Amino acid sequence: MIEAVGLTKRYGDKTAVYNLSFQVRPGAVTGFLGPNGSGKSTTMRMILGLDNPTAGQVTIGGYPYPKLPNAPRQVGALLDAKAVHGGRSARSHLLCLAQLSGIPARRVDEVLGVVGLQEVAKKRSKGFSLGMGQRLGIAAALLGDPQVLLFDEPVNGLDPEGILWVRNLMKALAAEGRTVFVSSHLMSEMALTADHLIVIGRGQLLADMSVKDFISANSADFARVRTPDTEPQLREKLTSALTEAGGHVMPEQDGALRITGLALPRISDIAHDADVRLWELSPHQASLEEAYMRMTQGAVDYRSTIDQKAGLQQPLPPGVQPPMPVPGQGQPDWYAPPSPQEGGQPFAMPQGQPGPYGAGQPPAGPYGAPGAPGAGQPNPYAQSAPAAPQAPAAPPQPPASADLTKPEDAR
Amino acid sequence: MSTPQPPMPQAAAPDWQAAAPGSPYPTYTSPIPVVRTHLGHAISSEWTKIRSVRSTMWTLGVFLLLVVGIGLLVAVLVAANQGEDSLKGQNPLSFGVFGLLLGSMCIITLGVLTTASEYGTGMIRTTMTACPSRARVLTAKAIVFFAVAFTVTFASVLLVAVADVAMLKGAKDPSGGEWLRGTFGISLYIALLGLLSLVVGSIIRHSAGAITIMIALVLAPLVIALFMFSSALEKVRQALFDYSIPNQLSAFYTNTLSDTGPTGWDPVWIALGVTAVAFAGAVALLQQRDV
Repeated sequence: MIEAVGLTKRYGDKTAVYNLSFQVRPGAVTGFLGPNGSGKSTTMRMILGLDNPTAGQVTIGGYPYPKLPNAPRQVGALLDAKAVHGGRSARSHLLCLAQLSGIPARRVDEVLGVVGLQEVAKKRSKGFSLGMGQRLGIAAALLGDPQVLLFDEPVNGLDPEGILWVRNLMKALAAEGRTVFVSSHLMSEMALTADHLIVIGRGQLLADMSVKDFISANSADFARVRTPDTEPQLREKLTSALTEAGGHVMPEQDGALRITGLALPRISDIAHDADVRLWELSPHQASLEEAYMRMTQGAVDYRSTIDQKAGLQQPLPPGVQPPMPVPGQGQPDWYAPPSPQEGGQPFAMPQGQPGPYGAGQPPAGPYGAPGAPGAGQPNPYAQSAPAAPQAPAAPPQPPASADLTKPEDAR
Repeated sequence: MSTPQPPMPQAAAPDWQAAAPGSPYPTYTSPIPVVRTHLGHAISSEWTKIRSVRSTMWTLGVFLLLVVGIGLLVAVLVAANQGEDSLKGQNPLSFGVFGLLLGSMCIITLGVLTTASEYGTGMIRTTMTACPSRARVLTAKAIVFFAVAFTVTFASVLLVAVADVAMLKGAKDPSGGEWLRGTFGISLYIALLGLLSLVVGSIIRHSAGAITIMIALVLAPLVIALFMFSSALEKVRQALFDYSIPNQLSAFYTNTLSDTGPTGWDPVWIALGVTAVAFAGAVALLQQRDV
C-alpha cells in the first residue's frame, strides 16, 4: 500500500510535482500515466526516499521508505534500466544488491532465470541492449521478493515478446497480493495491464480511477460519414446541413467527416433531406489513447513545432500547389468531446487551449497554405500518432495489429 | 483486465504490515526470511563491488608497477653509482618515496571512482534504494576502500623497503621506529589520502572533477611555492613547502625538503583530521541532498 499526501517537489523555480495525493492498493496493477516531464519519475523517486519532498509525504505500509525495516525486502523498484555500473557483470551487480539487504546469494541465480538472463550472467552489462538492461532492472526489483513493486517505464526497449512477458509478470505479481505500481506514457499498454489508473500532467493529479471507469467516462462516440469522392459539393452541403442541425463536424484526413452530437439515424435523415448520398455511415468509439491525449493535451510540456526550414526551401515551381495541410492534434475540437457522465472531472482542460508554450497554435509554416480548407495550423509531421490509426476508414484492422496498436474500434 | 484475486490467507504478517491497522487488502509475504541488515551487509556488498570492476585492477596494477618498479629501479641505480661513504647516515627506506609519490595518483583515482562512478552511471540510485541508510553506504565504502588501499600499499612499500636495505649496504641500519614510520606510517598516510579522495568524490559526484581537485591538492602547493620569489611572501612560501604532500611524504623518512614543518607522525594526524572533517561534511551533504 503506497499512500501519498499533498506530495510537492520543487527544483528551484520549477515545480515538478504539486500537491499530489493518491493511494496505490495491493492486489492490483496500478498504472501511473502522464506525458514526458509530468513528474512520474520524480514521484517514484520520492516514494523510494531518493528525493526529499518539498512538502507533503509519501508512505509505504504506513512508513516513509527510509524508515522501513530492511526496505529492499518490502519494496522492489526498477527506476532506470541503465542505473548500473556498465563494467560489472549482471551477476555481480545483483549479488552486491543481494548482499546489501541480506538476501541469500542463490536468489541471484533464481531471478536471473526469471528474467531470462542466465546466458549472459557473467557478461558485463555495458554490452547489454536496452531490452536486456530492462530485464536486469526487473531482476533487481524482484530480488527481495517484495510486497510492493515499482516499475518506471518497464516496457521501454523490449521486443513484443518481452512486452507480453512484462504484462503477464505484473499481473501475476498483483494476483499474489502485491502492490504493483507501473509508470508509462503509453495508454494502450496500461489499458491492457492495469486495473487502476492514476493520471498526472504537469505534476498534478488529473485522474484517479479504475480502468473500467476511465473507459466509460472517456470513450465518447462519434460517427464517420463519407460522401461520394466524385462530388465534393455534396460534402460541403452535408457539412452545413449537419452543423445547422446542431452536430459538430470535423473533416478527416481522407475526406471523411467525423460527426459528434448527432445520432446515426438523425444523420441519415438529414442527409436524405439534403439529398446527399452517403458512401459510409459508421459508429465509432474514441480509443483510450485518444481519451488520454485529450485529458493531457493541456499538460504536455514538450511539443514539436513545424519544421520551418526557413530560407532553405526551394521556391515551388509555378502552378504547383503547396501540400494540403492535414488536420491533426492541436486543432481545436479534434478529439471527440467528453461524454456527459464525465461531469465534474478535475481535468477540465478547455478544448484546444494553447499551453503556455503556445504550441497549441503553431505558426503557419510554409506548408500551411493560407486560407486552406480545414483552417487550423496543423503540423504535417508532429504528433501523427493519433491521426495514423484513424486514417483507414471502414475496413476493420487485421487482428495481428489489433493487439498492440489498439485501433479506435477495438473497444 | 485481470480481476484482483481474493485475499490470500496470511500466516504471520511482518511487523511493518501489522502496524497498518486492519488492512482490508490482500497482502503478500515472501518465503525468504527477512533479516535485520547492518553495516556488515553493506561491507560485503561494497567488497563485491570493488572487486568486480576493472578500474580496481587497473589502478592497483599501475600502482604496484610504479611503486615496486620505480622503487627497485632507484635502488639498483643508487647501489650501482654509490661512492665511498656517499650514503653514510642516510635512511635507505627513503628511496621508496619516488615511486610512492607517483603511485599515490592511482590510489587517489581509485578512491574517487569508488564513490563518483556510482553517480556517473546512476548506480547510486540502485544502491540507495537497496540501502536507504546513506551514511551506512558511505561508511562501508570507506572501510572497504581503506582496507584495500592500505593492504596493497603496505605490501608494496614493505617489498621495496626490504630490497633497499638489502642492496644499499653503505647506508645506516634503520631503527625500529624508522622501519615503522617508513612502511606502516607512510602506507597509512597514502591510504588516508585515498580515503580523502573517496570522500571528495562523494561530495563532488563527478569523477573527473574530483580527481582533478585531488591531484591539484597534491601538486599545487609545491609548484606554487617554487615560483614565489618575492621575499614578502617568504612565510607563505615556507608554509606551502612544509605542508605540501610530497614534503609530508618525505617527513616519514626524516629527510624533509625544509627544516621546519611536520615531522615524525605529524603527517598522519594531519591527514586523519582533514579526512575526518571531510567525511563528516560528506555524510551531512549525503543526508541532505537528493540522490
